[in-house]
Amino acid sequence: MAKLILSMDGLVLKEIPLSKDRTTIGRKPHNDIQIDNLAVSGEHAVIVTVLADSFLEDLGSTNGTFVNGKTVKKHFLQNNDVIELGKYKLKYLSDAIPGASKAADFEKTMVLRPGAMRKAPETPPPAAGAVEAAPAGMPATAGAPVADTARSHADTQVGVTAASVAAAAAAPTRRATLKLLSGANAGKELVLTKPLTTLGKPGVQVAVITRRPQGFFITHIEGAVKPIVNGSPIELQAHALNDRDVIELAGVKVEFFFKP
Amino acid sequence: MDLSRVLEIASQTDTGMVRPHNEDSIASSPDKGLVVLADGMGGYNAGEVASGMATTVLTTELRQLLEDHAPNAIDPQSGRKLALTMLQQQIAKTNAAIYQAAQSQPQYAGMGTTLVLALFYDNHVMVAHIGDSRFYRMRGDEFTQVSRDHSLLQEQIDAGMLTREQAKVSSNKNLVTRALGIDPMVEPEIHEYDTRPGDIYLLCSDGLSDMVGDEDIGMTLQALGANLNLAAQQLVQMANDNGGRDNISVILIRILREYPAGQGLASKIFGWFR
Repeated sequence: MAKLILSMDGLVLKEIPLSKDRTTIGRKPHNDIQIDNLAVSGEHAVIVTVLADSFLEDLGSTNGTFVNGKTVKKHFLQNNDVIELGKYKLKYLSDAIPGASKAADFEKTMVLRPGAMRKAPETPPPAAGAVEAAPAGMPATAGAPVADTARSHADTQVGVTAASVAAAAAAPTRRATLKLLSGANAGKELVLTKPLTTLGKPGVQVAVITRRPQGFFITHIEGAVKPIVNGSPIELQAHALNDRDVIELAGVKVEFFFKP
Repeated sequence: MDLSRVLEIASQTDTGMVRPHNEDSIASSPDKGLVVLADGMGGYNAGEVASGMATTVLTTELRQLLEDHAPNAIDPQSGRKLALTMLQQQIAKTNAAIYQAAQSQPQYAGMGTTLVLALFYDNHVMVAHIGDSRFYRMRGDEFTQVSRDHSLLQEQIDAGMLTREQAKVSSNKNLVTRALGIDPMVEPEIHEYDTRPGDIYLLCSDGLSDMVGDEDIGMTLQALGANLNLAAQQLVQMANDNGGRDNISVILIRILREYPAGQGLASKIFGWFR
């Protein structure tokens, strides 16, 4: 279960587990987290928890709610986010990370039946209406911390973008480049930045160079003739490219090399 | 009408890099214009059983029905196309079959499966889906997700709680809100779309869509569209290169030419020579 650590001036005051669907924060005594300070509004903010995700929403407080130094109306909480209300700080710790095996189990597709979840579907986000009112702060605040968490727990939590980022980072830092050796544009260079680069003339002969974690590969796509690498035609399967390989395709010679 | 010369179909299914079994199941009947993909769930090998039942029962039953009935004909009872009635009835039947098996065999308890099914006829496609297996369309340069997942994340996106970007880092992935075989009744989502020659359609399990971004999938279809088999292999490879955390299945369908349903013999002959 995710939890909040309440502190003031670096002094830890309390640890609060997010056990409820809605955890309210405010000055008045009926709040789940009561902070008796004049800078805090009577009903200041609420945290809505849906299974493993928690969302913070400001309830129109006088002095505002801040996450990681930025004012927010509504925010999707990420591990280690710091919520500030007046002089008080609440650090959000999600527990999804420790115990990788648990996370792996969680990844298996499961059916969520109506009512199986702690009423969350029926408590539609109280903010559904408020979203239009204040979406501006959200993407901006989410950006940096999101990328951070995703990368540090790459094993369990990889999102799609993070995965491709990681793959790109793992690839050699030298830039794979194609240089035309013949034809009208001889001497021209093309840096292979995309995961896929097609070469050739559609309808005549086309090949594709794919970027993979292990390196670069060329594959024949269409045409009666297969591309020639270093003098011999490639097989049907993908062919690994090495530095300084010369590719012949649709009558044009191209050199593949890594730019330092 | 035999559609095997109108539709080019390529498919791949792969266990991925992490899971011990492949719980996905795919099937296609090119002549009938039918493709089915199911992503099973449930302990031990029950997921495989559920998805296997879904694809087998649906292809067998629908093939049989399509032998005798034209999908574009109007069903006198409902006033809608017969294809809709067929899909609704056969999905209900399949759901009941999986549910019965899960109830009667303790080792299959709780098994279920997602489903995405496409039936092509008369320049149209009817798509039925349940859960988070998806249907995409590539038309010209435009690559779009046509089906909307029945998942907690999609509901949260719809409710405005999450943006698409935030959904990628949510901890509540892989929770579907509908599945085949879990309850005695299920409501499939069924829509009909028109098709155009040159369109490429993609059916996939979440093993692909969770690991490879829509942009990269679109780029792959754009680049390798000329060779569907290679495109299917490439999509699976990309999902595996990104971690392959789940089973990966893809079915690609390209519309080669128009296929209007002929009314009489003359239009049938005309159809052959198009």
